[in-house]
Amino acid sequence: MIHFDNVTKVYANQNRPALDHVSVDIDKSEFVFLVGPSGSGKSTFLRLILKEEKPNSGTIHVAGKDLSRLSNFKVPHLRRRIGCVFQDFRLLPNKNVYENVAFALEVIGKPRRFIRKVVPEVIELVGLEGKAHRMPEELSGGEQQRVAMARAFVNRPMILLADEPTGNIDPATSIGIMKVLDRINRTGTTVVMATHDAAIVDSMRKRVVELEDGKIVRDQSRGVYGQAY
Amino acid sequence: MRANFILSEVWIGLRRNLTMTIAVIVTVAVGMAMFGVGLLIWAQVNTMKDFWDDKVEVSVFMCTKNSADSDCKGKAITPDQVTALQERLKSTPGVTEVIYEGQEAAYRRFQENQAVEKTLREVTRVEDMPTSFRVKLANPDNSDVVVKAAEGQPGVSSVKNHRDLLDDFFGLLDSLQLAAFALAIIVVIASILLIANTVRLSAYNRRRETAIMRLVGASNVYIQLPFVMEGMIAGLVGGVVSSVMLIVAKIVIFDRFQAYLAIGSQLQWDTVASAILGSLVAGVLICVLASFVTLRRYLRV
Repeated sequence: MIHFDNVTKVYANQNRPALDHVSVDIDKSEFVFLVGPSGSGKSTFLRLILKEEKPNSGTIHVAGKDLSRLSNFKVPHLRRRIGCVFQDFRLLPNKNVYENVAFALEVIGKPRRFIRKVVPEVIELVGLEGKAHRMPEELSGGEQQRVAMARAFVNRPMILLADEPTGNIDPATSIGIMKVLDRINRTGTTVVMATHDAAIVDSMRKRVVELEDGKIVRDQSRGVYGQAY
Repeated sequence: MRANFILSEVWIGLRRNLTMTIAVIVTVAVGMAMFGVGLLIWAQVNTMKDFWDDKVEVSVFMCTKNSADSDCKGKAITPDQVTALQERLKSTPGVTEVIYEGQEAAYRRFQENQAVEKTLREVTRVEDMPTSFRVKLANPDNSDVVVKAAEGQPGVSSVKNHRDLLDDFFGLLDSLQLAAFALAIIVVIASILLIANTVRLSAYNRRRETAIMRLVGASNVYIQLPFVMEGMIAGLVGGVVSSVMLIVAKIVIFDRFQAYLAIGSQLQWDTVASAILGSLVAGVLICVLASFVTLRRYLRV
């Protein structure tokens, strides 16, 4: 599903590479934790998958497509197959829960009938039934993140990227978020989650890829966060 | 395409920077009105030129006995010289007709001319009037040839080209037209800068929405169309205001101007309509292009 082959990324005006000859394979419906200290290259890894950045060398395949050969014109179609969740939720403050989720479908031109059908389903999937007409400011952090996950998943993407989704949420609520991610993963969606949260990684017992200074220092299935932290 | 989704985005955008939108509408309206006035003057000059070109002629005045002109040396033109001159004028290329006007006829025309002061008319006698040939031309642009052919010929006192008078008048209109176009260009540049600024503000106001749109894979058209349409609508409203200005200009300025000059070449409504159409299309195009170019800079997709 996601295939990095010897990928190096150096940002302009920087000497040290953000990713240094990284090769990794992530299969369909896998759940992968991306761990490592700040600046180790986790976010760069996710941005490369979305083709928000281009690698300096190496090739990246996502959903069977070589990103270097994907024209800019087709990048939106790639992104429709990838859902994204962030630490800061990124909801639209002037739209309610339903509208925030529906927005993701409206802007890719889905018919209204389809939107009316799938949005309530996905709101229920993330556990927000009955809160469709709340505004984001009326929701707790955990609930806001659930809205963001509903928005990321409403178009049934093949891949869900989560960049520290529990970073702004207390540990008790984080468990709920992880349950939703696990539920999404069980529908066959590949989930890649970058995180600092050792407790979560340890409890989930999923594959762990550890980055340090842009290099993969550990890749183990059913791993834990590691001793150093 | 979800038309009503895009339209609601456009409406939100226009309402959010209402003051900028109004500024764009006003500058576009003024710019396009100046452009349209330039077009109207251009059309007016053309119809007037057509009208006058039929009437342009060259008058060749001949010496009379009392002529004060030094070329005549105090002598009247001889009948042989008159015939020779007439033949010469007739054989000049481009001349369609040569009409002889004797002293009697000239005197009658002079007396009928109300513009001449009454006392001057009373003291003028038939003998004071010059005899002349009025030369009609196929193409008024050739009038110089006729002037050259007649000047310096024996018995010729002076040659008057009517075109010189008209050229002064058309020159004035031409510079008015240039001034209108120059003003239009300045105002259009101002409106382009305003549109660029409006789009930039609009893109900044909606950076959250556009970031999410990019993320969920909205196509570039979907992301950019609301911004371009904002520019287009502002341009269109500005164009409509400028059309009203042009209609007022036609009634208040051009029609009065014609009544004053009694030039018989009325500026037609279909000319005004095409000027309006021209400025409307130009206004919308400028707005759309300005929005689009700005978007490329401020809305990386």
